[in-house]
Amino acid sequence: MSGRLAVLGAGAVGRSVVELAEEYDYTVTAVADSQSAAIDAKGLDPEAIFTRKDADGTVGDENPEAALDASYDVLVEATPTTLGDAEPGFAHVKAGLEHDRHVVLANKGPVAERYGDLMELVTASDGDIRFEATVGGAIPALSTIEDFGPGHITAARGVLNGTANFILTRMAAEGLDYEHVLAEAQDMGVAEADPTFDVEGTDAALKCVILANVLSQGEQEFALDDATVDGITNVPGAALDLAADDGRTVRLIGEASRDGIRVGPRLIPENSALAVSGTRNIVQLDTTHAGRLNISGRGAGGPETATAVLSDVGRLL
Amino acid sequence: MSSPDSTEAQTHTVRLELVDEPGELLRALQPISDNGGNLMSIYHERGNLTPRGHIPVEVDFSCTPHRFETIVEALRDAGVNVMQAGTERYDEELTVLLVGHLVDTDLSDTLKRIEGCANASLNDLSLSGREGTDEQSSALLRLATRAGTTEDTLGALRKIAAEKDLHVIEPLTEVVQ
Repeated sequence: MSGRLAVLGAGAVGRSVVELAEEYDYTVTAVADSQSAAIDAKGLDPEAIFTRKDADGTVGDENPEAALDASYDVLVEATPTTLGDAEPGFAHVKAGLEHDRHVVLANKGPVAERYGDLMELVTASDGDIRFEATVGGAIPALSTIEDFGPGHITAARGVLNGTANFILTRMAAEGLDYEHVLAEAQDMGVAEADPTFDVEGTDAALKCVILANVLSQGEQEFALDDATVDGITNVPGAALDLAADDGRTVRLIGEASRDGIRVGPRLIPENSALAVSGTRNIVQLDTTHAGRLNISGRGAGGPETATAVLSDVGRLL
Repeated sequence: MSSPDSTEAQTHTVRLELVDEPGELLRALQPISDNGGNLMSIYHERGNLTPRGHIPVEVDFSCTPHRFETIVEALRDAGVNVMQAGTERYDEELTVLLVGHLVDTDLSDTLKRIEGCANASLNDLSLSGREGTDEQSSALLRLATRAGTTEDTLGALRKIAAEKDLHVIEPLTEVVQ
């Protein structure tokens, strides 16, 4: 099915959405980064836009806000995740819904921090929202919950941060300490220069908050403040050695249910489905009638996350 | 817990009081095996004395609930003082990692308190630390806990760890499906 997309955010995810749109038969009519926007109702050329972005840092000559008024069927919100009021992402979603357009989010902020506000906007709009890309990258976690029906899922848990998982995996495999592996991960581009969001558990917690909100079906609203969060910076290499001697390992596990959210390093059996390696993610769902479901795959990355975004677009059109 | 099937073997713990004389322990164990109890562990608390100056011994064995009563009776008939007899089951194992200045914060006190205020007994401990003054050390603790008390034990553990500024890496207690 064809459709017109306006893409806000020109980072790894936004960029991949723009580049892959054509393959999915969509036309990109607007692209915005924090400084600028490119708009063309007939469709934009991804190569030209990103050549310009790489050269002078802008995607076009328009103001970024202009993208919100372009003609599109689905607005893709892929700006960086912010906490608290979740701005400017929340305002973007609001504008799209007030235009009675559909919105697909890759930005976790609005869904994790202002779920109730978001749902009110959806109720008042002819448009709908989807946000598969916010949890587990390419892993179809939320659409699986939707297929089963949230009422048939009792709990969700998993490894939801590739950076933290990469660090723990390397520490265990090489007998190295946290600082050493973090530096290595930063060199490889697996960890950001400021890794706080990933290694302190915030990113995984936001994903669990989103899962808890979906599982609660509006009966209860969760935000980051409701989560108990612990990161991996206190896990020494020696602890991983001890765990390995006992057939166990440590993973940063996020848990979400209608009762709450908890993220922290946990001991699990080495042969557990949750003991994924490297940057891989896994989502585990406990179902009421069908036992346990494990879905693993790539939890981050431009094309991976864009795949989830484009699948959402397909579900909305 | 629902009432157990009377034919199903369960783990039982008895606390006995023995006079410190050769052959006493063997004499106390005889009625257990003679009456169909399957001995699992014996904890001979050397160094500890009961108020009457005797030695406390904790014995775990499995048998059916029906035989348990017979065994306790046989022990008493044999003149062994049974201080405590229960069907408490140490049948859940809980493994945790403790990280921090374990030695500086008196590890043996930490362990004693874990055993004291939690429904747990320490099965095994592995300690690892790197040489040096400021390094933290890590310990893997394997605790036997009574059925259904895992959450209480973890709660007690968190409290003790918080007081001593230690970090607990808890197990993910996955419900088996």
